[in-house]
Amino acid sequence: MNDSTKIPERLSALLKLFDSVTDMDERAALLVSYADRFKSVPPEISSRPFPEEHRVSICESQAYVWGVPDGEGRLTFYFAVENPSGISAKALASILASTTLGARPEEIVNLQSDIVERLFRKDMSMGKGMGLMGMVEMMRAIAASYVARPAKASA
Amino acid sequence: MEDISSRGYSQPDLLVSTDWVMKNHAAQGVRLIESNEDILLYSTGHIPDAVNVDWTVDLNDHVRRDYITRQGFEQLMSRIGVTPDTTVVFYGDKNNWWACYAFWVFQLFGHKRAKVMDGGRVKWEKEGKPLTRDVPTIKPTSYKAPERNDVVIRAFREDVLKHISAKNLLVDVRSPEEFTGERLHMPNYPNEGALRGGHIPGAKNIPWSKAVDPDTGEFKSAAELRKIYADEAGFQPSKDIIAYCRIGERSSLTWFVLTYLLGFKNVRNYDGSWTEWGNLVNVPIEK
Repeated sequence: MNDSTKIPERLSALLKLFDSVTDMDERAALLVSYADRFKSVPPEISSRPFPEEHRVSICESQAYVWGVPDGEGRLTFYFAVENPSGISAKALASILASTTLGARPEEIVNLQSDIVERLFRKDMSMGKGMGLMGMVEMMRAIAASYVARPAKASA
Repeated sequence: MEDISSRGYSQPDLLVSTDWVMKNHAAQGVRLIESNEDILLYSTGHIPDAVNVDWTVDLNDHVRRDYITRQGFEQLMSRIGVTPDTTVVFYGDKNNWWACYAFWVFQLFGHKRAKVMDGGRVKWEKEGKPLTRDVPTIKPTSYKAPERNDVVIRAFREDVLKHISAKNLLVDVRSPEEFTGERLHMPNYPNEGALRGGHIPGAKNIPWSKAVDPDTGEFKSAAELRKIYADEAGFQPSKDIIAYCRIGERSSLTWFVLTYLLGFKNVRNYDGSWTEWGNLVNVPIEK
């Protein structure tokens, strides 16, 4: 895997694990176990009312995303999910927060939205899928803002 | 709110209270069915003895944009342990959108022993009633279903075109922003692929939420509902009405309200809804 496709190792390993889970009930139980461990953004990072610029606008679970640099070129992501019934959003947030901890922005921008299908399933509704993909896209956008722009090639 | 039997509904027996479910969830001949928008919600805890029916996996055809066939419905009913004599009771999240949607699909196959739990999952949770993660062990049943009947309560795009030509009533149950075309999707939801914004010509905008008490999640009384649909919008029980939204889930709730709570005789749900109409070539749209 080259630098342009590399994603955080822990996330890559987890995706492979999910790929091997074909029983839908088992998959749901695994996802719920992540949702159970979901921790909302700590107050030192943000508090309600959360700023709109952190909101995933297309996620009906009212998800918010923050990416905080550690000063050494790595990011830590935090999430809030305001809809109490937004279990899928909580599961995804929990997975993304734990498996990208300390990742470099360059790895985050390589995330693909097919993560959602690999974790959940291919036949989820378009609305639900797009909302969850929106969380991944927001992480990518945040990470992109920390990726150093390459120097322009000289003519 | 007052008891369901005191609210003046046309068919009050189609609704059951959370207290009724508390007493009857394990009763022989009753099968609770949870149907949600979030695919994981059932797994986080559900009413004891309830089974999960997922609208995308269990009710929709996986290839065509359509519903399951007779054979698929029979397999579903077998899996969830339902016979023709079983009373199925639907409930779910989102003020019972998906519960009403599942109820409507079951009616396409003529399963008349069906009810909806008033207030849905939120009311059950607010009342502190028990939830469990234990999935009930179901003994598969044998269920013979008739062919799906799409004529009586379902409308297709050709039906809608004829309907608007005849200047019949249409109710658009989406948000006012979707109705006017200001948004292509409901607030906080993604755009599910509609190329045009607006509404079907002649439709009246009565958002689904008007039928529900915002505090309790229960359906409003028949008098309150009549004020909304009959007095203010001019809908009459004998008229031919088509309800639609974005994919037919919110309009299933309005279909349920008009048909069973107010006793309207000819209400159909256009499940193609705006995700079809907003993409169709050469059909009229109003903003």
